[in-house]
Amino acid sequence: MPLTPVSSTRNLAHDEPQAYLWTMNFGPQHPATHTTIRLVLKLDGERVVDAMPDIGYLHSGFEKLGEHLDFNQYVTVTDRMNYCSPMANNVAWHLAVEKLLGIEVPPRCQYLRVIVAELARISDHLVCNAAVGLDTGAFTFFVYAFNPREQIYDIFEALCGARFTNSYTRVGGLMYDATPKAIEMIREFVRGLPKALVDMRRLLDGNRIFVERTRGIGVLTREEAVNRSITGPIARAAGVTRDLRKDEPYLTYRDFDFDVCCAQEGDCYARYLVRMAEIEESLKIVRQAVENLPSGPVNVGIDQRVILPERRQVYSTIEGLISHFELSMSNRGFVVPCEEVYSATEAPNGELGFYLVGDGTNTAYRARCRPPSLLNLALFPHLVRGHALSDVVAVMSSLNIIAAELDR
Amino acid sequence: MAEPATIAALKALFPDVSFSEFRGQTRAVVPRRSIYQVLQTLKDRFAFDLLVDVTCVDYLHYRGAKDRFGLVYLLANTQTNERIIVRTFVNDPEPTVPSVVGLWEGANWLEREVWDLFGIRFEGHPDLRRIVLPEEFTAHPLRKDYPLQGRGERHNFPVITRAKS
Repeated sequence: MPLTPVSSTRNLAHDEPQAYLWTMNFGPQHPATHTTIRLVLKLDGERVVDAMPDIGYLHSGFEKLGEHLDFNQYVTVTDRMNYCSPMANNVAWHLAVEKLLGIEVPPRCQYLRVIVAELARISDHLVCNAAVGLDTGAFTFFVYAFNPREQIYDIFEALCGARFTNSYTRVGGLMYDATPKAIEMIREFVRGLPKALVDMRRLLDGNRIFVERTRGIGVLTREEAVNRSITGPIARAAGVTRDLRKDEPYLTYRDFDFDVCCAQEGDCYARYLVRMAEIEESLKIVRQAVENLPSGPVNVGIDQRVILPERRQVYSTIEGLISHFELSMSNRGFVVPCEEVYSATEAPNGELGFYLVGDGTNTAYRARCRPPSLLNLALFPHLVRGHALSDVVAVMSSLNIIAAELDR
Repeated sequence: MAEPATIAALKALFPDVSFSEFRGQTRAVVPRRSIYQVLQTLKDRFAFDLLVDVTCVDYLHYRGAKDRFGLVYLLANTQTNERIIVRTFVNDPEPTVPSVVGLWEGANWLEREVWDLFGIRFEGHPDLRRIVLPEEFTAHPLRKDYPLQGRGERHNFPVITRAKS
């Protein structure tokens, strides 16, 4: 389909009388919005002249809650931000808290956090690409993508007991150490996924219907991507090489050999390809991490006074008992500096950061979440102007909007 | 973390900006009147081309705080991976700052969110409407004087029945 230059549509919208333009409500309940978002589309026949996203249907005051829940309680709320990859949110939140408190977690914990964050990235990209396929009419691909996603949820269940809302991390460590069974499940998953990926790519990469519906649709240039604060796979599909795992290595990403996947085109098809390539890179990271998983403790020592000591220590040593009570009492707890800190991670959708203000108590004075989805959706009207109505769903699903994260 | 050369050059250009560092992060506190010039200089002269976030902190109950609201701009340079946190303070009544949508298009929704939740006006913003809360909402809920449970707005929403609609 030939592209209509955006500028000519703009002139049409502003210079001529607009009586013939249609206004259409898309959402808030619509299968292609995936979550609760309303789009007001201004249409000239089938062509989209303008789009106005209306968000806030899922606003539930997460940031206000962050000022009332303590650093370990709030992790349950981060699960509910980007529910396609809750593990990545858990890791991002507790990295921010640990940066504020000045704690470094042991190597085994760092490796396990890398593993769960990368598994979350794989699962998020699978869901996103499955949705792109589903919205452009490729239902079989959706079924193929949900099979490995199910395996990832089984792994998470083996690690922490929850499939969907994991809350796996803790300040200074993890809820549980990984069991040999969980490690074996991760190994099996790493062995099996490449074959599934080959099957998936064979279904969609050269599929003429899919390519025609996504190539050249919703084109984003590199300059626009940076100017509009876009990060993550959407920016990398437009030629931005920024990836925080490489550029500002956190956890142990420095130890692993992996590539940053980029494309030049910036259209929906490029975004699909970048996500597929990132799944393979994440798989490389998981494979290296699980084979080189260090032994040792998974939590920081009790002398750091952030993690509850083991029950054996509480009952048999005085240090364990004191530290247990200090952490449990509401007027004691962590030693938090009266400072402000920003910590960012490369979440599946882009830069997920937390801006924390500490005031000396166990709860944050301000817990700002920098949601990648919010800025990605702000891009939507720019991408969709001039395209046909049926392209709205293709662009929408390629941006992977998670409304719970953008409304918070 | 910004390069020492960048900080030195900024200090020479803006003598009234104070710098500090915590956990490897460079922070600059800028007086309210020169915030736009500082951000513009950072973008044009020092190539901080990515606006990572615009947010706000309400220091109403913060120990030792003199000003009510602290605005926070997180900037990054995509070439050198430098980062800088720029802060400025505004006060009641009518807290206002100039909008930076002209510099970074990405500031559009971020500033709308700050207006919605903190009630800080951004002068020159093209479309300063509420973003996550309904238009008829009157309060700014992330302010510290707004209670966690709300002021009953939720229970007094107008109910539209099928017959009336």
